Amino acid sequence: MFVVLVAPLLMGWVNQCRAWLQNRSAPSILLPYYTLAKLFHKDAVIARDASPLFRLTPYVLFGCMWLAAGIVPVLATDLPFAPAADIIALVGVFALARVFAALAAMDIGTPFGGLGARREMLIGFLAEPAMLMTMFTAAFISGSTQLTTIVETLAHREFAIYPSLAFAAVAFLMVLLAENARIPIDNPTTHLELTMIHEAMILEYSARHLALIEWAVAIKLFAYITIGIALFLPWGIAEAGNWEALPVAFASLALKLAFAGAGLALLETVLAKLRLFLAPEFLSSAFLLAVLGMLIHFLARG
Amino acid sequence: MSSPLVSSLGVAVCWLAIGLLGLAPAGNAFFARRLAFPLGALAGLALAAFGLQGLWMPAEQMTLPLGLPDLPFHLRLDGLSGFFLMLLGTVSAGVTVYATGYFREESAERLTLIALQYHVFLASMALVMLADDAYLFMVAWETMALSSYFLVTTDHKLPAIRSAGFLYLLIAHLGAIAILLCFGVMHGGQGDYTFSALRSADLTPFWATAAFLLAFFGFGAKAGMIPLHAWLPEAHPAAPSPVSALMSGIMLKTAIYGMVRVIYDLIGGVRWEWGILVLAIGAATTLFGVLYALMQHDLKRLLAYHSVENIGIILLGLGMSMVFVGFGQVAAGALGLIAALYHTLNHAVFKALLFLGAGSILHSCGLRDLNDMGGLIRKMPNTAFYFLIGALAISALPPLNGFVSEWLTFQTALQAPVLEHGVVRSLLPLFAATLALAGALTAMCFVKVYGIAFLGQVREPRHPAHAPARNGGHDCGGAERMGMAWLAAGCFVLGLFPASFLLMLNRICVALLGRGLPEGALESSWLWLVPTSSEQASYSPLIFLAVIVAVTWLAFVLVRRFYHGRVRYSHPWDCGYPGQTPRMQDTADAFGQPIRHVFGPLYLMKRHLPGPEDPAPRFSLEIEDRHWYLLYLPVARLTEFVSSRIGLLQRGRISIYLLYSFLTLIALLVFVR
Repeated sequence: MFVVLVAPLLMGWVNQCRAWLQNRSAPSILLPYYTLAKLFHKDAVIARDASPLFRLTPYVLFGCMWLAAGIVPVLATDLPFAPAADIIALVGVFALARVFAALAAMDIGTPFGGLGARREMLIGFLAEPAMLMTMFTAAFISGSTQLTTIVETLAHREFAIYPSLAFAAVAFLMVLLAENARIPIDNPTTHLELTMIHEAMILEYSARHLALIEWAVAIKLFAYITIGIALFLPWGIAEAGNWEALPVAFASLALKLAFAGAGLALLETVLAKLRLFLAPEFLSSAFLLAVLGMLIHFLARG
Repeated sequence: MSSPLVSSLGVAVCWLAIGLLGLAPAGNAFFARRLAFPLGALAGLALAAFGLQGLWMPAEQMTLPLGLPDLPFHLRLDGLSGFFLMLLGTVSAGVTVYATGYFREESAERLTLIALQYHVFLASMALVMLADDAYLFMVAWETMALSSYFLVTTDHKLPAIRSAGFLYLLIAHLGAIAILLCFGVMHGGQGDYTFSALRSADLTPFWATAAFLLAFFGFGAKAGMIPLHAWLPEAHPAAPSPVSALMSGIMLKTAIYGMVRVIYDLIGGVRWEWGILVLAIGAATTLFGVLYALMQHDLKRLLAYHSVENIGIILLGLGMSMVFVGFGQVAAGALGLIAALYHTLNHAVFKALLFLGAGSILHSCGLRDLNDMGGLIRKMPNTAFYFLIGALAISALPPLNGFVSEWLTFQTALQAPVLEHGVVRSLLPLFAATLALAGALTAMCFVKVYGIAFLGQVREPRHPAHAPARNGGHDCGGAERMGMAWLAAGCFVLGLFPASFLLMLNRICVALLGRGLPEGALESSWLWLVPTSSEQASYSPLIFLAVIVAVTWLAFVLVRRFYHGRVRYSHPWDCGYPGQTPRMQDTADAFGQPIRHVFGPLYLMKRHLPGPEDPAPRFSLEIEDRHWYLLYLPVARLTEFVSSRIGLLQRGRISIYLLYSFLTLIALLVFVR
């Protein structure tokens, strides 16, 4: 619940940082909340041919992201939903959301919807296995696919550099950029329909449906960043049942998120968007890096 | 009803009787039209119940005084057969109910024939699973191949269907020869072909490997593993849809049954090298199947390629299991076997559902080409709903059933650190990577299928199928709906309550491998699925679904409550370009274009691009299977060459044939004596 409310704040922070880096006067950090409120108040406009699937999808997306946020340990490692789904199921939740979004995009039957869906699935089919392989590297190190167990194991080890985790971290960063429709794969602020991926899929949505989707997107970004933090920088997280550690965990999380958001904005400013057909290359290198990381884990041990 | 074996046999006999009764000379087709299929479905349900009962009871055997003199039929029902009988019964019940509606409009004599072949097909599959000697097994196996051949060539007036049927028959028989030879190798000259004799036979490693290879390729030909898959994409579109559903859903699974039975049970002493071979072929089959499926625009061909892919996934689970068992890690091996068997059941359910959905489209619009469809969700909402469930299930999305078995397969791969062999240990995760890639590609493929067939608008409004006079696109009837609803419910039950099935499959593992899952796994209650121990991994689809549904519902209510639910309807946003037509939507080929771009070298493409001066510009693209040119055509040429040489022996004169007999006799006298 906490994540769901805070997620747009991170979005606002990233936008603010980017504006600063680009020498623009920055919008308020609360802008995403104002946008959401505005969208909720508007009347929804729906195309005549829309099927029930189209109207259901924003809610499903929101529900999926909620669940994802419930699985990822952000502050503490005892989470109510954590045993219900492990990392493979987490990747499955994102896949479920993606499939629904793509189906809704094709529902109206405009060329751009289909185009967006096709590109999103292209990105997805490479990003998903890469993500899974990164997760597997962590799972092999900790001997579990339960995200909370992984985080506890990783937080407890002595400070040593795992070469396999370094590879996995790079791969994860690439997947994060691709999955959250960020530069260099997609441009979240584009206005050109022909270059859109994610935006092309949600062209038909308006008002409350759009608001829910935007919110879900914000939660997704938040969830991805916290997964990254949990896997690669888990220090400071509160153990199960340890309430005194919570304030420390909160402070360290805020600090880490601020850095991550600023880093994301920096990446988006210095990188240029890739041509669409370079995207598979980008992602397949992420996939190979992740697999390499996993193999290195076995080599280093065996 | 004490003995599930006798009851299951009774069901098989029932099926035979139903098939034959249709032929009764009463002259009216009332029985075949109204009663045959519903009765068959009831028998299927009963069989599922008996199979389930057989799973929980100790194995039992019996001998039937049928067959050749001194060679009676042996029957046996143990956990493995019970599981597959349950699969057969459950899936065939759904498909048969559907068939009641689907075949309604057939003419009387065709219908009686179909009913006969259909039920003989079902009965022979049941006998394959009950057989306890090589002789009955082969008889049932061949009956299955022949009856399905006649079902595939139901529309035998079309040459394309005849040739598809011939290809199917040819590969089925190649497989059957390999299986026959495998039994020959296993029995090692004792003259006793009962399975218990084969089980106790002691094979040298060389002969055991030979038997394994023969069994693997023999059953693989039936299962459709690469490179013996060529018949699948030809035969499935040719057959009527319920038959495709049966073939893809169940008949391919008899091959998996055969593999498990022969490799684990009869040969025994599984070696890890075998597992590596199975894994390699499984991975190739998986990737190849899904990549070619993405290129198809014929719905049933596409589904057939997905069957190839799913067989690959089952083989991946099986191969991992064999590797673990070969290294003595029986617990991990049991997990792999469970994953493979669970995927077998899942694939049977969702693939049958998808084929039935494709059948409904074919029935109502006469369309199989995705490029001509579009917007069917508005004309056929029921079919669209069930098809969506099937599509989500096959795409391995939680919380449906496809996800559970892929999850189990991943968990098996994650057991890799227990292996001692360094290379093999790092190979297993690579196969898991293949599986991940294939799963994501499947999701893409089914977004394509569903988006293009059911969503959007009619792509080719001028196509005769959409003419109002033809009443194209009525929704499916009651019986069809019932059949699909049954299978869709199966997708949910298998997806939401996996733990009880896990315990069930564990019994089979205990019977086959001597040991099952570790203690920690037995904590699995109906809510939690725990394959090894709760620290390592757990998954609760029910909670998963509950959270998503609750949040979805809560969001819906809150948005309505705090804001409003006002909606305005309007034209779709046209991006400032007013001349959009439905023909501008993505076609099936367009949707696959990025994949064609990325994986270009894998395909054999024949592309025709129109030139600027063409009076009637037309773009065409054909994707062909490379195996056809690399394997099948050379083999066919070789066979023709050899037979033309052998044909030289045939002179048509009696004296020459007598000379041959004479020479043979001399040779026999010299060599054999």
